[in-house]
Amino acid sequence: MSADDHEVRTAGHAVSSADHQASTAGPGPDLAIRTTGLQKVFRKQRAVDGIDLAVPRGAVFGFLGPNGSGKTTTIRMLLGLSSASGGTIELLGEPMPKALHEVLPRVGALVEGPAFYPYLSGRANLQRFDAADPTSDPRTRKARVAGALDRVGLTHAADKKAHAYSLGMKQRLGLANALLSPRDLLVLDEPTNGLDPQGTREVRNLIRSLADDGTTVFVSSHLLAEIEQVCTHAAVMRTGKIVAQGPLDELRAAGARTVTVRTPDVGQAGTVLTRLGLTPRHDGGADVLVADLPNELLPETITAELVRADVRVRGLTVGGGTLEDLFVALTGEGFDVAA
Amino acid sequence: MSQPDAAVRDLPVRRRQRPFALLGSELALVFRRRRTWAMLGALALVPILIAVAVKLTTDGDDGGPAFLGDITNNGLFVAFTALTVSIPLFLPLTVGVVAGDTVAGEASHGTIRYLLVAPTGRVRFILVKFAGAVAFCLAATLLVVLVGAAIGAVLFPIGPVTLLSGTQVGGWSYAGRALLLALYVAMSMLGLVAIGMFTSTLTNVPVGAMAATVVLAGASQVLDQLPQLDWLHPFLFSHQWLGFGDLLRDPIAFDSFGSNAVLQLGYVVVFGALAYSRFASKDILS
Repeated sequence: MSADDHEVRTAGHAVSSADHQASTAGPGPDLAIRTTGLQKVFRKQRAVDGIDLAVPRGAVFGFLGPNGSGKTTTIRMLLGLSSASGGTIELLGEPMPKALHEVLPRVGALVEGPAFYPYLSGRANLQRFDAADPTSDPRTRKARVAGALDRVGLTHAADKKAHAYSLGMKQRLGLANALLSPRDLLVLDEPTNGLDPQGTREVRNLIRSLADDGTTVFVSSHLLAEIEQVCTHAAVMRTGKIVAQGPLDELRAAGARTVTVRTPDVGQAGTVLTRLGLTPRHDGGADVLVADLPNELLPETITAELVRADVRVRGLTVGGGTLEDLFVALTGEGFDVAA
Repeated sequence: MSQPDAAVRDLPVRRRQRPFALLGSELALVFRRRRTWAMLGALALVPILIAVAVKLTTDGDDGGPAFLGDITNNGLFVAFTALTVSIPLFLPLTVGVVAGDTVAGEASHGTIRYLLVAPTGRVRFILVKFAGAVAFCLAATLLVVLVGAAIGAVLFPIGPVTLLSGTQVGGWSYAGRALLLALYVAMSMLGLVAIGMFTSTLTNVPVGAMAATVVLAGASQVLDQLPQLDWLHPFLFSHQWLGFGDLLRDPIAFDSFGSNAVLQLGYVVVFGALAYSRFASKDILS
């Protein structure tokens, strides 16, 4: 597949510059995850349709998309659980699944929710998963398992059987499993599912502290507020394709911003806004004017101009520019799960 | 969630590869399950029931197969009888449960994906699961023999045993043969384990794989009874399940041991390869 070819496919949105940067960031060691033209075809359906992920080392990378957009399918392929129909994957600079045995001990994962042997205790579950890693040292196993349990706040419940755990406790145990040994990369699929607000905060703090240690964190979610608070980079998926990717600031900047002016002097205000190059429209009330706000126009310029023209301003707010606006703009408003 | 202790974080983790990683964990997993103990307990009841029933009903020597009457003369026969009685149904039933659960059980819990990303290679996973099921077979047959010998010693006299070849051997020599018998029967189950493992790779529903395995064990024994199919009999995995008479001759003839081993090995190779080819390329979607 030629480079031109994939530019055309993944561009097509204002973020294409960021996308371009990411996908030409060069091969190798500065990317923790890199895929080119990654595909997964189930019978006739293209669950993942030629995506080029570029996750810089040390980043906290948000992997966004509505349900059914192909996030988990992508993660399964990254971890060698399922085979790709096409394209290439590099994890920590090594080809997957060829170098699976060398790479995966350095990767902690929470895939599609936690899973445990219900008849074993939380501690025994972790010990089994640790034993499954042929490079882990059995002599330090006890201490590492206890450390991981402590890190997610499960020490008090460590010897309860896993079937007695609440959803939130299982989620914590799943996170502990990803932290059994020091990792270079963490792949977390919906890590805050089922957690209470307290737990969600803790996960956020955990991700931050891991990132501070230099671990690259790849976290998939549909909870945008979560992502926005911890991520440095993000990619947005829709029906198997990446529709935006790059550093969070650039993504935010690409989202359309609007300015809303509340004033009794609507006519005068409209004139001022038009003079500034905006196209004001009435939206939500007789005393409200709304206009799309280009990046180069500062809100304070508008305020100054309105005041200079003796417009009585009740309020001026700048909206949009959040990840959610971008997300909705890119993936649509509806509730429809992608077929 | 707290910061890890520096001490914990700095523990050395990366070591040489350990080829037997997970094997110990698998054995612990098999033998820590309550289900395993329930099945072993049921198997242990077989010699106990036989011994007690024979003890309670023995006033004459009429009725029942010949070997049941022999028990009253020598308690050591209890082990032999119990194993013989277990072979057609109880033993394949429990082995089918364990073998059918190997892959499908891990898939239904979802634990398979965490084992594979740990990473346990798929070959290692299959081998470890097979080893766990074989360990169960050994435990089951040894248990029946040991419990049989114990209950026999309690309820009946113990003494020299007359073998099929007519020679008499002492109790200890007979006990040694009983252990060989347990090994023979455990080995007889290897083919069934491989078949169960293969069916287990075909589904994420363990009960389905267990049922299919047990049904196949029954079907093989039925086919073995049809004289019209006698050309097929030597190839049925259950054909030599009861062929342990040679172990009760003096000197011990290992011919049936050998031919059964070849037969079971054939099944292990064929169904092991099928299980591997199915599993190696399988997308883990559970």
